[in-house]
Amino acid sequence: MDKTVNQKAWFLVLPVFLVVAFSAVLPLMTVVNYSMQDTFGNNQFFWNGVGWFKELLDPSTDLGGRFLASLGRNLFFSLVILAIEVPLGIVVALSMPRQGWTVAACLVILALPLLIPWNVVGTIWQIFGRPDIGLLGYVLNAAGIDYNYVSNDIDAWVTVIVMDVWHWTSLVALLCYAGLKSIPEAYYQAAQIDGASRWAVFKAIQLPKMNRVLLIAVLLRFMDSFMIYTEPFVVTGGGPGNSTTFVSIELVKIALGQFDLGKAAALSLVYNLIILIVCWIFYTVMTNAGAERKVQAESEPAVEPKPSVVLKPVAALKPKEGVA
Amino acid sequence: MHSIPGRRLIMGLFLIFLLLPIYWLVNMSFKTNAEIVSTMTLWPHTPTLQHYKRIFTDESWYSGYINSLEYVVLNTIISISVALPAAYAFSRYRFLGDKHLFFWLLSNRMAPAAVYALPFFNLYSAIGLFDTPWAVALAHCIFNVPLAVWILEGFVSGVPREIDETAFLDGYSFPRFFIKILVPLIASGIGVAAFFCFMFSWVELLLARTLTSVSAKPIAAIMTRTVSASGMDWGLLAAAGVLTIIPGALVIWFVRNYIASGFALGRV
Repeated sequence: MDKTVNQKAWFLVLPVFLVVAFSAVLPLMTVVNYSMQDTFGNNQFFWNGVGWFKELLDPSTDLGGRFLASLGRNLFFSLVILAIEVPLGIVVALSMPRQGWTVAACLVILALPLLIPWNVVGTIWQIFGRPDIGLLGYVLNAAGIDYNYVSNDIDAWVTVIVMDVWHWTSLVALLCYAGLKSIPEAYYQAAQIDGASRWAVFKAIQLPKMNRVLLIAVLLRFMDSFMIYTEPFVVTGGGPGNSTTFVSIELVKIALGQFDLGKAAALSLVYNLIILIVCWIFYTVMTNAGAERKVQAESEPAVEPKPSVVLKPVAALKPKEGVA
Repeated sequence: MHSIPGRRLIMGLFLIFLLLPIYWLVNMSFKTNAEIVSTMTLWPHTPTLQHYKRIFTDESWYSGYINSLEYVVLNTIISISVALPAAYAFSRYRFLGDKHLFFWLLSNRMAPAAVYALPFFNLYSAIGLFDTPWAVALAHCIFNVPLAVWILEGFVSGVPREIDETAFLDGYSFPRFFIKILVPLIASGIGVAAFFCFMFSWVELLLARTLTSVSAKPIAAIMTRTVSASGMDWGLLAAAGVLTIIPGALVIWFVRNYIASGFALGRV
């Protein structure tokens, strides 16, 4: 941490500051402004104070009911996909081949869903899941399972969740893989000499080493799934009924569908506040981990010895062990 | 010791799970609509290129790709060029409010697009940029500029400070040092940051759709319009989808080792 203090650095940051301020602060100000007013069209605005916020948090009103219901659905959705994607991602990361061309091939295929436009992810699952033309829907129905995501709530939910697992598990897997790769070979050899079981290696070496990336993965996935809009919008359109209407979909309905500026703005602010809190946790984790890493690197400069140096004595040990 | 028993099977099954829906999309794009609707076939029995031909010859379709590319490229250029000096400043200096600024940037990267859809609509209508590529390019800066700053900061921090000092001792002015020495040194970082700006702008739908109506309509919005129309043209939709995957698929090989790091804002 030997950065020099230099206030002139602000000149270097200024362009970023201006660009982001233009596209973040300015619009946010209008949102704050709207959230305190009511409009009856014709660009006539009336002061409403905190009325919208009160309504928003009161489940007996229309606005509050819709907001809290979509919030509940969204939180449930986030929890379910985290509960599936995190363990699955770890398993996939542990299943990565060790060397050769297969590593690159697996990485490329894993990364593929991450780079597909979100609306096309929706389209892919729409086409894949339809009972009449989709492979998945057709096979399920042929197997005697009555599956139709357009009309059945549970099927719609399952489709949206499987779609998210398909779309994002790779990210968790790739992050975990990056964490696993940073474990020095010597750790495994030490474990082998100690006769540690497969499970013990995972618990004592791999999991602690993946701690940081896992935390990043969980927070990233939570935030992104909490803001999900495009994929369910394309596949289910928030339906059937309101069963897959998440917060973003509800917000866009109110803002751009009904042009209810005051309600939408109040909802936006509360929504943004939740994200901001999670984001702050994320930031603290990131910067703490960064500082930790630096301290570690400074205090033990030789923490990662050259593999060849360590390998030789262990390789020499092995036959002896066998004899003994 | 490293991996788990049955790893080949697990990996194989997972990769099939990932590839099957994509295969189905590609499969559909080569089928005639009659074949799609009437029978369930695992591969196109009467393969056709009619959907691709339609997209490449019908202006209302191919203009969507051009519009998308226009704002994506604009956005990438803006994001990288403003982020570079800032990344250097964050990496080398301490200044008033630097940590708050860094957090503020991150919080914008994470802000839900739905919150900004309506105010952006008002803002860009008011300044006369609505339905131009500039509106979408500037709107996407809200998440791409912070992303670029965070990623580039990591790469700049990897350049030893001695290089700066030597350059300044040799009489390099700051702009000259920046262009002649720093930029070539972090060229791969700039490539990675540019790739992610491109990608995140390319995959975004909500803002791009809200800020355009006719002349700058992106391909993603054109696709959703087709979905809602009665009597869906599934083959055409599938072909359009396949074409949007191509930019990502083309560069995927070169960035395969950076994917995780890019999504984690260069912090892994």
